[in-house]
Amino acid sequence: MNRLMGVINLDAEQDLLGELTYFRCGAAVPFGGRYRLIDFVLSNMVNANMSEIAVFTRRKYRSLMDHLGNGKAWDLDHVKGGLFILPPDWNDPTDISKGELQHYHNNRDFFARGHADHVLITGSQHVSRIDFEEVFNHHLHTKADVTVVYQHNPSILSDNRFSKKLVIDEKGHATALSNDSDNPNHYMNTYVIKKDLLLDLVDSCISRGKSFLFEEGIMTNADRLHITSYSYNGYLAVIDSLPSYYQESMKLLSDQHFAQLFLSEKPLLTKIKNEPPTVYKKGSKVRNSLLANGCVIEGEVTNSILFRGVKVESGAIIENSIIMQRCIVEKGTVLRNVILDKDITLTSNKTLIGAYTQPYVVAKRKVI
Amino acid sequence: MTESGVVKMTTNKKECVAMLLAGGEGKRLGLLTKKMAKPAVYFGGKYRIIDFPLSNCTNSGIDTVGVLTQYEPLALNTHLGIGTPWGLDHRKGGLTALPPFVEKAGGSWYLGTADAIYQNMCFIEQYDPEYVLILSGDHIYKMDYDKMLTYHKEKQADVTISVIEVPWNEASRFGIMNTDAYYTITEFEEKPLTPKSNLASMGVYLFTWSYLKQFLMADASDIESEHDFGKNVIPAMLDDHCKLVAYPFSSYWRDVGTVQSYWEASMDLLDPDSPLRLNEDNWRIYSANPNQPPQYVANSAKVSQSFINEGCLVYGRLQKAILFHGVEVGKHSVVSGSILMPNVKVGQRVQLKNVIVTEGTTIPDDTVITSQKEEIIVIDNETKFEALTMLT
Repeated sequence: MNRLMGVINLDAEQDLLGELTYFRCGAAVPFGGRYRLIDFVLSNMVNANMSEIAVFTRRKYRSLMDHLGNGKAWDLDHVKGGLFILPPDWNDPTDISKGELQHYHNNRDFFARGHADHVLITGSQHVSRIDFEEVFNHHLHTKADVTVVYQHNPSILSDNRFSKKLVIDEKGHATALSNDSDNPNHYMNTYVIKKDLLLDLVDSCISRGKSFLFEEGIMTNADRLHITSYSYNGYLAVIDSLPSYYQESMKLLSDQHFAQLFLSEKPLLTKIKNEPPTVYKKGSKVRNSLLANGCVIEGEVTNSILFRGVKVESGAIIENSIIMQRCIVEKGTVLRNVILDKDITLTSNKTLIGAYTQPYVVAKRKVI
Repeated sequence: MTESGVVKMTTNKKECVAMLLAGGEGKRLGLLTKKMAKPAVYFGGKYRIIDFPLSNCTNSGIDTVGVLTQYEPLALNTHLGIGTPWGLDHRKGGLTALPPFVEKAGGSWYLGTADAIYQNMCFIEQYDPEYVLILSGDHIYKMDYDKMLTYHKEKQADVTISVIEVPWNEASRFGIMNTDAYYTITEFEEKPLTPKSNLASMGVYLFTWSYLKQFLMADASDIESEHDFGKNVIPAMLDDHCKLVAYPFSSYWRDVGTVQSYWEASMDLLDPDSPLRLNEDNWRIYSANPNQPPQYVANSAKVSQSFINEGCLVYGRLQKAILFHGVEVGKHSVVSGSILMPNVKVGQRVQLKNVIVTEGTTIPDDTVITSQKEEIIVIDNETKFEALTMLT
């Protein structure tokens, strides 16, 4: 799909995941046993054959850049196009742009050089298996200026005040944004727009001193633009708070959610780690859990998610917990409703217990 | 610029080039090699046999590897690609697959191991190497070839052959090196009835290239020769009083040439005291990545002493099992002492004991396949399950 280029705009995503976003941006937070949040949107783009993809990032992008590298794991190490990670290094003395418009102003070359004539703009907080090719075809078919993507779901888990809803009329046109908690149309922070129109709107937003392209440049012009909507019905997890991160992770332990997210013909791609298969030693007891490769299990693991290279010694008990890469849980230690970030060693006979509604989170690289 | 004003071209010169013999059919592996060459056979829950010598090359700093392919090369070539998983996708050198070819004067299959190298002398010559390392794709081991190279130089040898001590009662199954006290090889005996030594060749040969070249050319013009390193080239070098030394290796090494030895080497991985460790950070074994989700172990599952790769769904019981990616084991099934290769689907209430199931096989509900004796049963998707269930 060489007519569609992608922007993963992380600028508007705040660090909402507590200790997990102390040292990294939200897009780089590990999720689902062996991925990071950005892997899902990036895989969706690659699976739709999009080959010109930019990541707008402003802060805490070290681990994100380390993870993405040159895009090879996503087949984005192209001779032409590929993956462009664009952190701020902006020195244009005539630049008067503000907020996220700074990215569009200073990275205009990305759009100008791109071969595509349409742009898909999205973020990393909405984990889904959406088919962007279908979204784009819908956009072309309706001859819209802009196509916004939403999910109609009254029971969606998002306790966050930043969560946006779309007002959609009977013709399927999006007429306004709202934060009405009774509105079931969750905006998935994703839209497709013609490249020329995008650049015009960017210029007009900048000249009027605006900071937010979608809210102030597009939706405020809903009466003049033809904005249609695309309704997505598949797997969706909105990761915008620690409770939502924890509960959406735990939901993956049910057959239905696991199948929706993982069992697809189209692969989920992530950085390669070359870990060996996971070893279950004599005496290990593992029930209803997801495990990545490279783990060595001697203890008990129930209703939990273990990332790559976790070691659980004999007599250790892990329940309802998320244990990230290379953590070591020594003999006799008990963890319940806990999230351990990467590289944590829990020495023997410790007990950490959080609440199911408020898991206990330990920040990266600690020995307890 | 040099003094003469000529721009000095950077050369392709490499000190040591590795040649990996990967064309073997592996007849004694039966169904395991029905669709692929022996080096492409899966091993250890995630790997193929060839990943071990290739990763050893990468970890030893050898960045130029020719892989000689011949029998059923499709799976192998797909796996190798341009060598990316092993970090061998270099601008100069890297991994090159070398199938047999035809030229103006004709051409032929590789007639033997020595002939395979002889036919690819042009490949080796373009790197102008001092040494050539000959490897085979049949063995499971982790070895630092750089240490062997240092030993070769210290001993000022023409040929260094890596050897391992095997139990005396098994020595007659191997190529045996008889040496003096300084590990200088005095005699080579292929599968001797009454072995004089228990130092077995590991199929790892390091040659000083200028010598090997001479002997390969002589061997090629000898119509009596079988063009085999063990049978022809090494004996000819011994006759010619070249300096052949043995390099003693004492860590884990297994030949996986038969179904039984393949199964035993696989089960070694489940032994907590096994010297072969796959999760050592400083000596990773690399392989192509299948991009699978994490493995799911259900409430009904019971897993002990097992090795499971990503993309597996486990609802049944596993005892000493090795599961490659994408394997499913249904509820109330019991799998023990068995190896399930990629995308094997095991239904419900199935019992498997001492069984190897090849890639993509589906085992229907209620199948019982348990080997009563020590014999290992190999199953593929053409196996008649009713018949087997009746037998046991």
